[in-house]
Amino acid sequence: MDEGIELSLTIAQIIQRLRGSHLHSQIERQAKECLHQPDVKLESLKEDVRSFLKTSGWERKLQNAVYRELHIQLPPRHPPAPPEHLKEPLVYMRKAQASWEKRVLKSLNSMSTELGVPLAHMRPAAEQKELTNKWNEMGTDEPDLSRFRPVYAPKDFLEVLIGLRNPNHDSSEDISVRSHWGLIQVPLNVRDIPHLREAYSELNLTSGQMGIDDHALIHPDLFENEYVQIGKKVVMEEDSAAAQQYSRQGCPTGLRADLWALILNATNQPQDVMHYEQLKAGVIQHNLLVDNLIYKDVKLTASNDDYYFVFEDFLYQVLLCFSRDTAVLEHFKYNSATPPKSYIQGKVGDEECAVVYPPNGVIPFHGFSMYVAPLCFLYNEPSKLYNVFREMYIRYFFRLHSISSHPSGILSLCLQFERLLQTHLPQLFYHLRQIGVQPLRLAFKWMVRAFSGYLSTDQLLLLWDRILGYDSLEVVAVLAAAVFAFRAENLMEVTSLASAEAVLADLSTLKVMPLIQVFLFATAM
Amino acid sequence: MEAVKMMQTMSGTPDDTKPVNFTVKAPVYLQIGDAKADTAHSGVCVVDVNLPFGKPVNIEEVTFKNYYTAYVTVRLLRRNPKQEAPAKWCTAVRDLPLMDNPHTEGGSQDYYTIHRTQMQVEPDHVVCARLILRQPSLAWLTFSLEDIKIFPHTEPDPEKEVSDWLSDLTLTDQHPDLEGLPDPQTVSSSIQQMWALTEVMQTNQTTASIGRFDVDGCYDISLLSLT
Repeated sequence: MDEGIELSLTIAQIIQRLRGSHLHSQIERQAKECLHQPDVKLESLKEDVRSFLKTSGWERKLQNAVYRELHIQLPPRHPPAPPEHLKEPLVYMRKAQASWEKRVLKSLNSMSTELGVPLAHMRPAAEQKELTNKWNEMGTDEPDLSRFRPVYAPKDFLEVLIGLRNPNHDSSEDISVRSHWGLIQVPLNVRDIPHLREAYSELNLTSGQMGIDDHALIHPDLFENEYVQIGKKVVMEEDSAAAQQYSRQGCPTGLRADLWALILNATNQPQDVMHYEQLKAGVIQHNLLVDNLIYKDVKLTASNDDYYFVFEDFLYQVLLCFSRDTAVLEHFKYNSATPPKSYIQGKVGDEECAVVYPPNGVIPFHGFSMYVAPLCFLYNEPSKLYNVFREMYIRYFFRLHSISSHPSGILSLCLQFERLLQTHLPQLFYHLRQIGVQPLRLAFKWMVRAFSGYLSTDQLLLLWDRILGYDSLEVVAVLAAAVFAFRAENLMEVTSLASAEAVLADLSTLKVMPLIQVFLFATAM
Repeated sequence: MEAVKMMQTMSGTPDDTKPVNFTVKAPVYLQIGDAKADTAHSGVCVVDVNLPFGKPVNIEEVTFKNYYTAYVTVRLLRRNPKQEAPAKWCTAVRDLPLMDNPHTEGGSQDYYTIHRTQMQVEPDHVVCARLILRQPSLAWLTFSLEDIKIFPHTEPDPEKEVSDWLSDLTLTDQHPDLEGLPDPQTVSSSIQQMWALTEVMQTNQTTASIGRFDVDGCYDISLLSLT
C-alpha cells in the first residue's frame, strides 16, 4: 500500500476512535473558554488557540492519547484481508485457538451443569445489599469453594502449544535438528542474541540501570541521583513517549507509579471513577460462575503468597469488576482469541438475546490473579489500580494465554527460550534431555505469569519496567534463559526431574537485571 | 472543503472497481534436468496469467494472498497498440520479498498489494502476466499464491449530470485569486490522501461503547454456545 494512504488511514482511524471521547469534549471546552483570554486574537485565532492548548498542557494530553492508540492499533487493512486475519494471520493457529477455546467452554459448561450453579444469574436483593456492605472486605468471606476447580492450568495450555503443527511444514527430513531437541515445533521467527543486543541496547554493560547501579554499595552520584532527577522531569512533562523510553533503564521506586500510569495513559479522571463504579454495580447485580473461579484463584495463589496476601481484598475488587467490563471486548480485534457467546434465558439462536460471557470475554485460569497482585504495591486507589491493570492486560498479558504467531505471544516466547538455551547453553540442554527433562516444562509457568509470584516483588517490578519500556514481552523469555544460565552449574549435576525442579524452585533471591545484562551482553558468541 | 468535493466526484473508489477476468494456468514448478522423480522440492514456480484475448489491460494493482512464497517476480507482456512491433516481455517487479525469512512464518499467509507505482515499468497494454515465485527454503511442503486479482487502471470519471448552473457555481469558486489560498497543484496532489480521510470519517460515529452487558437488565445464562 502507498505510504501516504497508509498514513492517512491510520490518522483517520485514530481520529475516529478519539472523537466523542471525554478528552475530545474537554479540549473543545478548553478551546471555547480560552476565547475569553486577551491574548487570543481574531486575526490569528487558529494559531492562538493552538498555542494556548500547547502551553496549558492539553496538546500533551492529546499526544499521549494518540500514542496510546498507536500501541493498540491494527495495521491498516489491505482491502481483501478479513478481520480474522488481523487477529491471527496463520490459519492453522486460528484453528488451534478455536479448538482450545471449545475445550475450555465445554469444561465450563460441564462444571456449571455438574455443580448445578448457573453461569450467570441476578442476585436476590438481600444478597446485593450484603455484598455492598462487604465490598471492602470480601476476603473475610469463606464461601465453600471446594467443589470449584480452575477451568485450566498453564500446563494444560502448554500441551496444546506443544502439539501445534503447521500442515505445510516439512518435518520428514532432519532439516533442522534443533527443532527435534525442544518441544515447540512451529517455525516462528525469534530473535537471537546479536539482534537482541541491538534492540535492547539501553541494557548494555555501559548504561546505568535501576536494579544494578542503584545498589546501596554504589555511590548515588554515579548514576542514581541524576537518573531520579531526569525521572522527575519526565513525570512533570506528562509525556507518555518519554516515560516509555525512560522506563527502559528502569523506574525509581518513588516515581514508578506515575511513570507506569503515564506510559499506559491510565488517568484517574472522574469519568474513570464513574466507569469503575458502574462495573461495581454490575458485580453487585449479577452473580457469575467465573466469580467463584476468581475467588478460588485468589485463595489458591495470591493469598498463599507472602508478598501478596495483604492485597486479597483489592484483588477481588479489581478482578470481579474486570469481568464485567465490556470495554475489554475491543482488544479481541487484535487478540487471536474470541469471546465466548451465549443466549440469555436459554433463547438459543435469538440474536437479540445474544450476549458475551463473561461480559469482558476473558475466562480466568489458574494463576490469573497474579497479573494484578504486583500492581497493588503501586496503586492503592481501586479505580486507578483497575485502569492500570486493564491497560496492561489488553496490551501485554492477553498474549500470554492465547495461541498466536505474534513476537510477544507465549508461543514465540517459548520458542525463543528454547532456541536461546540450545544456542548458548547446548551442553546444559543436552544434559537435561539426557535425564528426561525438557527445559520448557520448567520455565513455562514462569513465562505464563511474566514471573509474577516467582521473583521478589521489587525485582518483578524492575522486569515489568522493561516490558513497558520496550513494549514487548521478549525480556521474559530472555530472563528465563538467563536463569538457566545462572544455575547451569547446579543443573549440570542433577540426575532427575525432581532435583532439576528443586534447583529452580526458589527464584526469590535472584536479581533480574544483572542476569539479563550478563546473558545478553557478556555471553561469548 | 472545496477540494474534498472535487475529489469525491473524480476518481472511483478502488473497492468499486472489478478485477479483470482472466484465466490462470496451473502453476508450473520448475525442476533441474529430468524431473520425473519426485525427490527434490522445487524452489521456483511459474504462474501464467492470461488476460482476455484482444483486450490489453492497464494495470492499477495486483492483489493476492501469500501461501509460503518467499519472493515474487512479476513479468508483463506488453503490446503497444500504436506501434506494429511484437509484444515484449519486461520485468515489473523483481524479487519482492513476501517473507522476512524464508524459513520462518513471518508473512507466510499475508495479503499483499502491488500497486502500479511500485512497478519498474508502466503496466499498460498488458496482454499477459507471469508471476515467478521463489521459495528457497526446504522447510515447506508447498508454496503458491492464492486469490490473485488484477485491477484495471480507471481513468477518472468525468462529472456526470451536473447541470449548467451548478457547474457555473463551482467555476466561480476557482477564481485565480490565489492570495492566501493553497496552490491548486499541491491541492490536487494531496487529493488522494484526503479522499482516504473523508471516506473513513464520513460515518462520523464515535467508537465509544455504552458498557451494558445485559439485555434489558437480564443476564441469566445457563450454557455457553459452542459453535
